[in-house]
Amino acid sequence: MDLIRIKDVKKTYKTGTTAIYDLDLTIKKGEFVFIIGATGCGKSTLIKMLYREEKPSSGKILVGGLDVGKIKNRKVYKLRRKIGVVFQNYQLLPNATAYENVAFALEVLGMPKDEIHSKVMKVLDLVGLKSKAKQYPRHLSGGEQQRVAIARAIVNGPKILICDEPTGNLDPKTSMEIMEVLEAINELGTTIIMVTHDIDIVNKMKKRVVKLDSGRVVKDYKEGEYNNESI
Amino acid sequence: MKAFRILGRNIRDSFKSVFRNFSLSIASISCITITLIVVAISVILSVNVTNFTKIVERDVTIVAFLDVDITEEERQKVYEKIIALDNVEISNVEYIDKMDISKEMMSSSDVFKSIMSEWTREESPIQDTYQVKVTDINLINKTADEIKKIQNVDVVKYGEGMVEQLVSIFDVIRKATFIVVIALVIVTAFLIANTIKITIMSRKREIQIMRLVGASNINIKIPFIFEGLILGMFGAIIPIVVTLYGYTALYDHFGGQLFTNFIKLVEPTPFIYFTSIGLLLIGMIVGMFGSARAVRKYLKI
Repeated sequence: MDLIRIKDVKKTYKTGTTAIYDLDLTIKKGEFVFIIGATGCGKSTLIKMLYREEKPSSGKILVGGLDVGKIKNRKVYKLRRKIGVVFQNYQLLPNATAYENVAFALEVLGMPKDEIHSKVMKVLDLVGLKSKAKQYPRHLSGGEQQRVAIARAIVNGPKILICDEPTGNLDPKTSMEIMEVLEAINELGTTIIMVTHDIDIVNKMKKRVVKLDSGRVVKDYKEGEYNNESI
Repeated sequence: MKAFRILGRNIRDSFKSVFRNFSLSIASISCITITLIVVAISVILSVNVTNFTKIVERDVTIVAFLDVDITEEERQKVYEKIIALDNVEISNVEYIDKMDISKEMMSSSDVFKSIMSEWTREESPIQDTYQVKVTDINLINKTADEIKKIQNVDVVKYGEGMVEQLVSIFDVIRKATFIVVIALVIVTAFLIANTIKITIMSRKREIQIMRLVGASNINIKIPFIFEGLILGMFGAIIPIVVTLYGYTALYDHFGGQLFTNFIKLVEPTPFIYFTSIGLLLIGMIVGMFGSARAVRKYLKI
């Protein structure tokens, strides 16, 4: 089943720069896809369109049956609740503890307190941070902060987890730990789309790899096909 | 149930965030406080000027002197004609008998008494009068002319010239203070909106994260709107205290009148309570709208 279907999508920014040209891509449920390419190839624009931070200029993007380009501004939250997003710089609330940061995503949905508690503790356990639930982001290492961000992204059970260079600020060892967490989440059935520059990770993970260049898909490697090629 | 839970969380978060962003909250509150104090002062001034002009206007009277040899029947006709005028209400027409006038004069001076005590009703040169108060002071001139034309009315006096000048000056003052109050309220609205905008700018990230985790726009707005309301309420406290105690103290200090007993101040109750409620409402409403406007900017895309 296609969870994401991108058809003839073109994205031109107001400045006149075209970031994406006639892009076609389908991603199935449960897949783990890396999106790679040189800086400025349109990777970030592509995933931003998936969670409707940007709108496609033309073409169609279907995410879980929703036509992303047609979602009204005030209905965006409906899409966001189906998608978890993780960034390079974590995007945590500095004045809230790890627990509060994760719980925040459920509070906005109006979930009862005890239900929030059990879900948050479960997901913190999954990312290996149960013991640091009461710590503030500034007291956590980069890897730990990213785990909190991942926990927040998956706590309401999204179908898709989008990761925009989640290991960009982390050392190789910590990066691999994060990848293990992501793989575990993927095994639970969540589709993961990850943008990265880190060729080591791509090589080790042996997943599907989509290579972009100048706003176009230049290669789509099936799972295990990608082998130590340069970005 | 779910909606209440979200609302409850929003209100709780608004209070939290007022204290979390303490320095910026203080900035907003001080801005609201200062502008509302200015608003309070202008309202007090404006209401007092209006009140004073009303008192003066109320006291302006047209005096119609009737012919000395007027019969009771003719007098009744004059009365009917006066009350038939557009600008005159029946309760505002008072008949003063010449005998009453001479009695009053006699009691004020022995000289008058010795002369007047001998006059009979028919001999007395004093004229009966009607004292007329008009509904609309601006039309007093016209009304006086109309009364003058009534048969058996001898002379009409109402302080021509002076009254008209006074009326036009009061009109200007009243309009000017009204405009000043409105302008101040608008300026307050902008000032508060801008201060809150700065507060919210520093929390752009928070808003982005809220959007990211799937909070609906209205859900994001509500805590900020409540926050604006709370800031507005806090900001109104000092202006209200100033109004309640300051005005009462001022009133007591001057004994309810300014310089002469001609200029009467508005009684503190219930005036100060209405003003306070007004200030509180201005603070709250302006705070709410200021916040709502400021957040809206980050909810586009």
